[in-house]
This record gives sequence, C-alpha cells and structure tokens, in this order.
Amino acid sequence: MTTEKEHILEMQDVVMQFGGVKAVDGLTLEVNRGEIIALIGPNGAGKTTAFNCITGIYQPTSGAVLFKGQNLKKNSPDAITKLGIARTFQNIRLFSNLSVFDNVLIARHLHAKDNVFSATLRLNHKEEARMREETAALLKEQGLYDLKDEIASSLPYGLQRHLEIARALATDPELLLLDEPAAGMNPQETQELTEFIAKIRERYHLTIFMIEHHMDLVMQISERIYVLNFGRLIAHGTPEEIQNDPEVIAAYLGGTEDA
Amino acid sequence: MNSLDIDMAKKKKRNLIWNLVLVAVVLVLSAFLDANKYTYSYTISIMERSLIYAVVAVSMNLVNGFTGLFSLGQAGFMALGAYVTAIFTIPLGDRPSVYYISGINPLIAGAELPIPVALFLGGLAAALFAALIGIPVLRLKSDYLAIATLGFAEIIRALIAAPMMDTITNGSYGLKSIPGFSSLFQVLFLSAFSIGLMVLLINSSYGRMFKAVREDEIAAEAMGINLFKTKELSFVISSFFAGISGGMLAMFMRSIDSKTFQVSLTYDILLIVVIGGIGSVTGSVLGAFLVTVGRELLRFFDEPLAIAGIDIPLFRPGFRMVIFSILLMVVVLFYSRGLMGTKEWSWDGIFSFLQRKRMKKASDKKTGGAGK
Repeated sequence: MTTEKEHILEMQDVVMQFGGVKAVDGLTLEVNRGEIIALIGPNGAGKTTAFNCITGIYQPTSGAVLFKGQNLKKNSPDAITKLGIARTFQNIRLFSNLSVFDNVLIARHLHAKDNVFSATLRLNHKEEARMREETAALLKEQGLYDLKDEIASSLPYGLQRHLEIARALATDPELLLLDEPAAGMNPQETQELTEFIAKIRERYHLTIFMIEHHMDLVMQISERIYVLNFGRLIAHGTPEEIQNDPEVIAAYLGGTEDA
Repeated sequence: MNSLDIDMAKKKKRNLIWNLVLVAVVLVLSAFLDANKYTYSYTISIMERSLIYAVVAVSMNLVNGFTGLFSLGQAGFMALGAYVTAIFTIPLGDRPSVYYISGINPLIAGAELPIPVALFLGGLAAALFAALIGIPVLRLKSDYLAIATLGFAEIIRALIAAPMMDTITNGSYGLKSIPGFSSLFQVLFLSAFSIGLMVLLINSSYGRMFKAVREDEIAAEAMGINLFKTKELSFVISSFFAGISGGMLAMFMRSIDSKTFQVSLTYDILLIVVIGGIGSVTGSVLGAFLVTVGRELLRFFDEPLAIAGIDIPLFRPGFRMVIFSILLMVVVLFYSRGLMGTKEWSWDGIFSFLQRKRMKKASDKKTGGAGK
C-alpha cells in the first residue's frame, strides 16, 4: 500500500483499573484503515477488557480511545456502534429466542428515522420494507437466508458464530471487532473462517481488529499483531517478527518451563 | 414456490374469514347481553371487569414479558389514572355530597371534562409519573427494580390517602358518584382499542427493540439500541395504558378509595400475566377472563353447605379463594410457562393442532390394527 495510512482506531496509553487490578495497563496501539490486526495474549491478559474500552462498555480509567480521530470518551455503547464500530462477543450473545431474520433486522434499525408513533401506526412502512429487503439481501449474501425463520439458539454453534458476524455487519460498520471468532472451532472450520474474514473485509470495505487464540488463523491473515500480557503490551510487529520474539515465546509458552 | 404462495393466500383468506366470524360472534353476544342488561347484569359486570383487567394485564406484559423489566408498579399507575378520571368526571352537582367533609379544592371545583378526555388525562398522568420515576428506577435490575416500583406504587397510594390531599382525593373517604359505563360496548371498544394499539407497538420496529433488550442488554447496546431510552419508552407506554385501565376501573366501580389500589391488585394482574403466559398478548387476555370468571364461578364454595343434615365445615366465606389458589398451582405445575407460553393464539396454530390430533388418531388406528 502506497497510499497514506489513516489511523481508523487509536488507543493512547489506555489504563483500565478494577479496584487494585490494572486489567489494561498503558495500552497504546493504532489500527490503519483496511488492515486486519490481531490482539493476542494468554488468558486473562486483558484483551477483552481492551475491546470493552473501545466499545464503551467500560470507560477507561485514563488514556484515550480515538476513532477516526474522534475521542470516544463518555460515548455509550450504542452511540459508538452508530459511529461505525461493530463487534462480536467471546461467548456468543445472540437474541436467543428471536428468529435469525429478526436478529439481523434489529441491527438494521440503527439507521432508521422512525419514531414510536410512526412505527406503531405503521407510517414507517416504506422504511420498514426497505429494512426487511436489506436484511434479506444480507442474509442471502451470507448464505443464511434459508435459515431466516429458525430461532437463533436452535442453530448449531458454528452458524451462531456466523450469524453474530452477519448481525454485526448489518450495522454497516467501518471497524469490526471480533472477539475470538474461532473459539471452539476445529481446524477445518478455522480455515473456512480465515477465508471468510478475508472475504468480508473486501466485500464490506472493513477494518478488522480481532482477538484470537488460533495461531494458524492469526499468522495467516493478520498484517500486524499486538501481544498483551498482564495488561501490558509486550510485543508488536508482523507475524514473522512475533513468532521469533523471545518475550512472546516466554509469555505464551511459559508453561513449558514449569513442565 | 408458486404453490407455496397459493397455499399462503388460501391460509390468509381462511384466517380472515375466521377472524370475521370471531368478531361477529363477540359483537352478537355483546349485543344480546346489552339488550337484556337487567337480566344479565351479573354476567355483564364480569365481562366488563375481565376486559378492564385484560388491558392492564397486556400493559404489564409489555414491560415484564416483552421488555424483560420486572416491574410491579401497576396498581400505582392504575390509581393515578382512576383518580384523575374520577376527579374530572364526577358531575358538578354531586360534588358537594362527595366532598362533604373537607370541601373541594377550588382548582378542581368547576372542572368537569368529557369522559374520553378525562380517561386520556388519567393515562397521561400515569405516564408522566412513570417517566419521572423511570429515570432513577430503570437503572436497577430484576428484583431490585420490582421492589423499587412496588415502593413507588405504595407511595402513590399513601399520597392519595394523605389528609393533606382531602380537598382533591377526599382522602380515606374515597370518591363516589363517578359516572359509569352506559353499555358493555363502551368497555369492549375502549379495551379493544387500547390492546390493539399495544399489539401494533409490540409488532413494530420498536417492539423488536424491546425484545432485543429483553434477550440480551449488552448485545442490544452493541447493535446501537439505547438501553435507557428503550426501557423508559416501554415503561411509560405501559403505565399510560395502566392509567387508562385504572380510569375504566373507576368508572366500572363507580366509587373508589385508596384501598382499591393496594399491592394485592398488582399481584392479581401479575397472576393473570403469568397464567396467560409471560410474553403473550392473547395469553394475557385469556388469563384476564379465566381468572375473573373463575373467581366468580367458585362462589358456591363460600356458601354454607349441608349434606344429609351434616354441615360441611370447610364451606365458609373465603373458602373459594383456597380452591382458587389450588387450581392456580395446578395450572402452573402443568403449564409452567403459562397457558400460552410466549406464543400467540392464531388460527394457523389451532388448525395445525387439530390436524396433528387427527393424524395422530389415524396413525394410532393404523399401528393398533397392525399390532393385532
């Protein structure tokens, strides 16, 4: 890429403290538009906490999170989603008792201009019809259309993950945060997911920032990797650099010393 | 694909016909009762009470069943609606005899409004109060929300009964001479209109957001839904209709006092919602009728009963409530999610149920024959 790099997301010295524990301790990173960036680290390293600081579930104790140059401080999670950051969750959070179609349709409502009166009296029927068409189109693209009337919780695990990503895409994000998208998947499914992530980046012009434990996936697809341990950034670089970084190997494979 | 469309069209037509039949039956029955209102005054009063409870049950379901907020403030909002409706509809000529103890506050002495306006104001008062208490209260979750709303409902009741309010609410003496309904149809249409509006809301894009909040608050937020605004909206609209039904209850009873709106009223409504199915509008309507009618049908348990000259000791006033409670326990044991669960009553459901029964019968016959 020869074009000038635009920081779509920046974290500047972000600290997230819970009582005496610093779950995230001075995290600084930047994600450029169009990149696929991975955030890795052992369990409890503070990766999901970092995601929660970006999406407004937590307000950082100090430091700043900037999206397209705008400080996200004091923004509620829904406002941040409206700005263009969508996410999935480590432990899938679908609207379990609603249909596949409704799960995605709810996410489309973000850009609707109706109010409670126009919606109740069906004065918004054109907008509603448009939202339904867009939802159907997205589900068709994602190959989930045949399942549209299924209850979300009745889907097999892999499809639930897929639906969660489809639902996130329905908010029209610029930045997509994936929290362990390959958790619980076998090598075959992980390989499919790798291709899928590359595909949706192209198709929806996304920037993808993900937490992942499957090293195959991470090494294959990410342009850069940030490594977190005990809330601190211990390494940052291309997949090759990370693979050969002694500190990363110590943090990650540290268990072998004891064994 | 094409035959599927034709099938759908056929179903639609069938449902439309059955819906028309249902409406016609209800209208004819109501017309019959209304025409013979002196003979059937008891039946009519049961129907009216059921309809009024149906409105408040659906409104409670909107918050508890569809938005997932455990709110127990219904009686308080009903009280607000009832008092506002009563204060503005008691005929001017009757007011001196109603407020005979402390006199009437000059602010409301000359204010008599048409009944629909007064009912609407009652709903509005309840909605406004809900909007105010919603700001602190809706930040609480589950049980804590229930306790807080219960508390606020009691505060409303205490305020109404307070001696300082004597010139407005007539304190503990209550209000009487409230104009009643002149026909069952008024109650029927008001209830149908209120419930219809709530159903439209539940099936709209906003109803979907309520359900999203119920399913998973964090995911709903991540999908761009503002949690507080959505909860507040559901809470305020629910309270509005609770206020309307309170106003209707005041007109139905003709006289009210603060004791009418005790916590036990909320429990009655909660009971209807749970029996009908949390998250089912038709369940709440069904529950309202079953509970109200059931209580009346069991009245003979309250009469002293003697068989062969021996007095049966249990048949005393109050015994029917024991039987009623046992019946409720049985229902909840066998239908743990209420009669309807979260499903809605529909012709499609009825017909496919009947079809399954028929098929089962047929297959039972077959296997039975083969067995021999």
